[in-house]
Amino acid sequence: MASAAHVVTLTIDGRDVSANADDTVLEVARENGIFIPRLCNIDGLTPVGACRLCLIEIKGSPKLVPACVAKVTEGMEVTTKSERLDRYRRVILEMLFAERNHICSVCVSNGHCELQALALDIGMTHVRVPYRYLRVGIDASHDRFIVDHNRCVLCTRCVRVCDEIEGAHTWDLLGRGTNSRVITDLHQPWGESDTCTSCGKCVNVCPTGALSIKGHSVAEMSKRKQFLPYLTLMRTEK
Amino acid sequence: MTTKAKVATVWLDGCSGCHMSFLDMDERLVGLADKIELVYSPLVDNKVFPDDVDVTLVEGAVSSEDDLAKIRKVRAHTKVLVSLGDCAVTGNVPAMRNHFDTIDVTNRAYFENAALQQQLPCEVVPKLLDRVRPVHEVVKVDVHIPGCPPPADVIHFAVAEMLEGRLPDLTGKTRFGM
Repeated sequence: MASAAHVVTLTIDGRDVSANADDTVLEVARENGIFIPRLCNIDGLTPVGACRLCLIEIKGSPKLVPACVAKVTEGMEVTTKSERLDRYRRVILEMLFAERNHICSVCVSNGHCELQALALDIGMTHVRVPYRYLRVGIDASHDRFIVDHNRCVLCTRCVRVCDEIEGAHTWDLLGRGTNSRVITDLHQPWGESDTCTSCGKCVNVCPTGALSIKGHSVAEMSKRKQFLPYLTLMRTEK
Repeated sequence: MTTKAKVATVWLDGCSGCHMSFLDMDERLVGLADKIELVYSPLVDNKVFPDDVDVTLVEGAVSSEDDLAKIRKVRAHTKVLVSLGDCAVTGNVPAMRNHFDTIDVTNRAYFENAALQQQLPCEVVPKLLDRVRPVHEVVKVDVHIPGCPPPADVIHFAVAEMLEGRLPDLTGKTRFGM
């Protein structure tokens, strides 16, 4: 905790709020009960601004900015809800659904999935872009866990938790654009990974059913994310 | 005598679970019966789709040549077309075959998994399309109700709204999956 916190004031959706100067807009909005959708962002890991769902408008700038990496400044005027933002967020969500094969009705994470919940929250009732039916595959070589690339949204939470918290850096990204995949070690089967400690942190931070524990059937895979902010706090407070 | 709204339901490539959910409206169906006339449905006897239907609820994805012909006819004779459930809205489980060639899918069903009389169907069974598609990729859809199946409460809400001449806002009411 900063000893002499530099406090700034700003407005979010017309509401006056105060914050520490090193806070992000997303953190301040959440502290004040203002909902901004997010998918790659999770409390306790470095924000990367990958999913773009938390886009916001800042007065004076024509650009949309991801709230998870936007630092607050004095006098900043932030808008989190507008027709334009709704439109962008909905298109982003639709493209996420269309890119891989998210079939909620047969998914282990049905009912516990952040992607599914976001569609419900923002009222996305159908996908207007054509589905791609990309063939991506499943790796079930690990003793306890499965990675199903059909359900991966490339949020990189698994990559970050493995690197920043577990310190193993088993996960990484391969390829560009729609050819991107999360991989273990040097693109080896997960079960043959020399670095994986089988701690399961990646599984628990995964927002969808892409990472799951073996033996779970449809709708049975609920994740436990509570450990993460606690671990981060305990390490930084020392 | 007030005229009743003409309502139809259609069953394409789906499991009929959405129709079961429709029936799950239970006693509310009695109330609806005063306001609607079910002019065509797997639940009634009429074999020909009528010319002027007010609301049609479609269950299932567009998967075969028969589905395609049916949905085009339905669209042409319906004022408000509703995709009911995940198969109609997303392709859902039927679309999982899109990862394979149609010939491999039919061989799997009629040769590899058939114990007796291994042969491709040559009559009655409609020819599969190359790809299973959600209804709105084929014809214009006015209302989408996701869910596998959509809850009876949501179907009731949507039908009631449409009877009042409104397109239902389903934000926060029903999600993909169960």
